[in-house]
Amino acid sequence: MRQFIRGIAENNHYQATHLLQILRQIQSRYHYIPEPAIEQLSELLSIPRPQIISVIEFYSFFHLIPRGQYELLISDSITDHMLGKKSLLDYLANKLGVAVGEVREDGVVSLDNTSCTGMCDQGPAGLVNGYALTRLDHSTIDKIAALINQQKPLDEWPNELFQVDDNIYKSGLLLDQQIEQGAALKSAFKRGLKETLKEIDYSGLRGRGGAGFKTAIKWQFCSEEQQSVRYVVCNADEGEPGTFKDRVLLNSYADQVFEGMTVCAAIIGAKQGFLYLRGEYLHLQDKLQSILDQRRQNGLLGNNILGAGLDFDIEICLGAGAYICGEESALIESLEGKAGIPRNRPPYPVTQGYLGKPTVVNNVETFLAAAGIAVNGGDWFANIGTEKSKGTKILSISGDCAHPGIYEYPFGTTIQTILNDCGADDVLGVQVGGPSGTFISNQEFDRKLAFEDLATGGSFIIFNSSRNILDMVHNFTHFFAHESCGFCTPCRVGTSLLQKQIDKIVEGHGSAGDVVALEELCQLVKNYSHCGLGQTAANPILTTLERYPDLYQDRLKEISYEPGFDLDGALETARRMANRDDAGAHLAQTQMESEHE
Amino acid sequence: MSKTITIDGKTIPFEDGQTIMDAAMAAGVYIPHLCHQPEFTPHGSCKLCTVKVNGRNCSACTYPAMDGQDVLNETEELIEDRKRITQMLFVEGNHFCPSCEKTGNCQLQAVAYHLNMLDNHFPLFYPDREVDASHPEVMIDHNRCIFCTLCVRASHEKDGKDVFAISGRGIHKHLIVNAESGLLKDTDVAATDHAAHICPTGAILIKRTGYQVPIGQRIYDHQQIDQVSLATEHPKHGE
Repeated sequence: MRQFIRGIAENNHYQATHLLQILRQIQSRYHYIPEPAIEQLSELLSIPRPQIISVIEFYSFFHLIPRGQYELLISDSITDHMLGKKSLLDYLANKLGVAVGEVREDGVVSLDNTSCTGMCDQGPAGLVNGYALTRLDHSTIDKIAALINQQKPLDEWPNELFQVDDNIYKSGLLLDQQIEQGAALKSAFKRGLKETLKEIDYSGLRGRGGAGFKTAIKWQFCSEEQQSVRYVVCNADEGEPGTFKDRVLLNSYADQVFEGMTVCAAIIGAKQGFLYLRGEYLHLQDKLQSILDQRRQNGLLGNNILGAGLDFDIEICLGAGAYICGEESALIESLEGKAGIPRNRPPYPVTQGYLGKPTVVNNVETFLAAAGIAVNGGDWFANIGTEKSKGTKILSISGDCAHPGIYEYPFGTTIQTILNDCGADDVLGVQVGGPSGTFISNQEFDRKLAFEDLATGGSFIIFNSSRNILDMVHNFTHFFAHESCGFCTPCRVGTSLLQKQIDKIVEGHGSAGDVVALEELCQLVKNYSHCGLGQTAANPILTTLERYPDLYQDRLKEISYEPGFDLDGALETARRMANRDDAGAHLAQTQMESEHE
Repeated sequence: MSKTITIDGKTIPFEDGQTIMDAAMAAGVYIPHLCHQPEFTPHGSCKLCTVKVNGRNCSACTYPAMDGQDVLNETEELIEDRKRITQMLFVEGNHFCPSCEKTGNCQLQAVAYHLNMLDNHFPLFYPDREVDASHPEVMIDHNRCIFCTLCVRASHEKDGKDVFAISGRGIHKHLIVNAESGLLKDTDVAATDHAAHICPTGAILIKRTGYQVPIGQRIYDHQQIDQVSLATEHPKHGE
C-alpha cells in the first residue's frame, strides 16, 4: 500500500490541492481510506492529519471504514421514487442479501442511497464503484446481483447496464449546430479580444447556473484585477436534483465547452483552467480527457495557441459526492483539495478565487454559449429571448411526461408550450429549477421561462395528478438536510429541524401550531443562512405552503398540542419489561382516539 | 475626513480593512457573537452577529465596513432571530447548564441570557456524543461543542499546532483531534495552549480547575456578556 500511495502522490506532484483526486484513487482501490494511508498522505502532502480526515468525512464517496468491493449506490431523486425506486431497492437488497446502508458480511458488496445522480431521464439510476447505472428494473437487478455474486470485474459487465443516452428532443440556437473545432478562438483573435468581450456583453449572456450574473461583466472584473495569475473554472457539478443537461453537453458538445473556456482565458489572461466534474459523471472522464488531448495535438491547448501567443491548458478534477460544491466558492475550496465549505464574501472569486487569485467560475452551458457568440456575434444570441433574458435555455425535463430528456427553448417560452412538447398531460404542477427553485401549480402554466419570471438552472420536474405533493416536499427537505455542509448554525441545525417538522406533519403527528412553527422556521433558515443552499432549502415548503395550505392543514390533528412522537410506542420497552400488553398498559394518544374506544 | 458607518443611527468611524464588528467594538457597540474573537481570523459561522446592512443580512464579523453603510443591530426582529439561532445551538447538542462546570463562565449561556432566551423553543436532538477524558490535564465534552472552530484557529494560529479540526458534514459535524487513536492524550496539546482555554462553552475544559471560582462569583454572574465582551475583546485591548 505504501508504494501505491507514494505513486499516486508522485503522479500528483505532492500537491495538497490534489488531495481529493488522490483520495478518489485510494477509495477506488481499497473501498475505504485506510488509516496508514492518511498517515502517509499527511507526511507526503504536508497536510495535518485531522484536515485529511475532515475532507474524507465531508464527501459522500469517501469512507473511513471499508465499503464493499462493489459499492452500490441507488439514486434518491424524487424522479427515481416516481419510477418505483423504493420497491426496486428492497428487491435489490433482498437479492444481494445486504441491508441498505450496510456492507455484506463477506465484504463483497455494500448498498446505500445517494443524492440524484443526474440520470432522471433514464432512471431509476445508480452507481457501481462510481460508474453510472441506468434504467434499473427487476431484470437488470437480477443481472447485477448475479455479476456481483460471481465477483465479475466491472469491465466484464455488459455495456448496456452502463448505457447513457443523450435524449435530446428539442434543439435550438445552441444545440442545432456545433461550432467547428477552433472556430471560436479564430474568430476571437481575428475580431480582437476586447471586441469579442464586447460581443459577449452585447449578447446579454447571463450565467446559466441559475443566478444569472452577466457573463461579460464577470470576465471584465476578473481581467481588471491587478494580478498576474488568473484562473478559469468550468462548474460541471450539476447536483441540483432533476438536472442533467451538463451531462449531455459534456458528452456531445465538450469541444465547444472547452473552446468557450479557452476564449475566456484569452480575454481575462488565464493560463490554467479546470473542469470541475461531479463525481457522479465519472463515466465521462476518459472521453473528456481524450478530447483535451486532441485539442492539445491540434494546437488549441498548450503553449502558443493558434500561434497567437496564448498559453492555456485545462485539467479535469472530479468531485466526490457533495451538492454544496456547485456553489462557486465551495467548488473552489474543493478544487484546492479541501471540504466544500462556501467562503465568506466579499471577496468574490473574481477578486480572490482559486489559491486566492482572480477566478472566473461559469456553468458548462455558459461557456458553450460564449463560444457560439464568439463565432456568430452578439446579435445572433441577443435577437432571441426576452428583454432581460437573452438567448435560449437548455432544460432537463423529467418526471411525468412521455419524453423525458433535453429541450432547448428561447427565454420567454411558456410552461404550457414546454408541457405540450414533452407530452405531459393531467399535470398537477411543475418543480422549476429543482428543489431550490419554485413549485408552480397548474393554474400558472402561462408563466414564462425567464430570469424575470421563472429562473432555472435547467431542472424541470413534472408531477401529474396522481402524485402527492407532500411526498415531494418530504424528499426535497431530506435532501437539503443531507447536503447541508454544516458550516453555519441556521442551515446546519435549521435544515434538520425542517426535516423533523415535515416528518412530524407528514406522519400525522402535527397539530394546530405546527404549520405556523414550520413557516417561522422556514423564514429563519432562508434569511440567516450563509449561502444559497440554506437560503433556498425552505423553498419546497414555502412554495407549496403558499399554493396548497389545505394540504398541510389536513394532516394536522384536531387538538391544540400533539407530541412529536408516538407516546404509546415509547412505552413499548416498559411493557416488555413488565410483561404486560393489556389495555391498561396502553396510552390513548389523542382525545379523538379515546373517544373511539 | 474619516470614513463612517451608522449603527442603529449612531455614527461610527472606521479604518480601511476593519469589519463592521471591529468598528462596532472599537466604538463600544456590542453585537452578539460566539465564533468570533478579535485575535483570530473571523469565521462567520455562528450567525449570531447578523446585522442588516443597507437592508441585507450580513455577518458583522466578516463583512467589511464601507463608507456610508446603514447598519441595523438592535432591532426587535434581529434580537428575536438571534435568540432562535441560539436556541438552535442549544437543541443540537446536550447543554445542561445546572450540571455544567462552565456555568457562569459560559459564553453560550451568557448570550442566551442576554437575548432573554427562556426555553429551547425547538425539539431537542439528544445526540449521542462522547466525553474524551483521556488526557491528564485537558478534557473534551463533545456534548457541548458548537463547532465555532475557535480551538481549531487558536491551535493553528497561536499555538503553531494543529491539534483540532471540525470534521463531517451537516448535522453530523464533530470535533476531531490530531492522533491516530482519536484521543486527546495522544495529541501534543498542552494545558498552556491557547486552544485549551478559548472554548466559549464547556466543551474543552482544564481538569481540576472547574470549581476554583465558586458559582455566584463567576464572570457572567455579575455582568452581562455585552459589558464583558466590550471590556475584554476590544481590538486594541492588550496593545
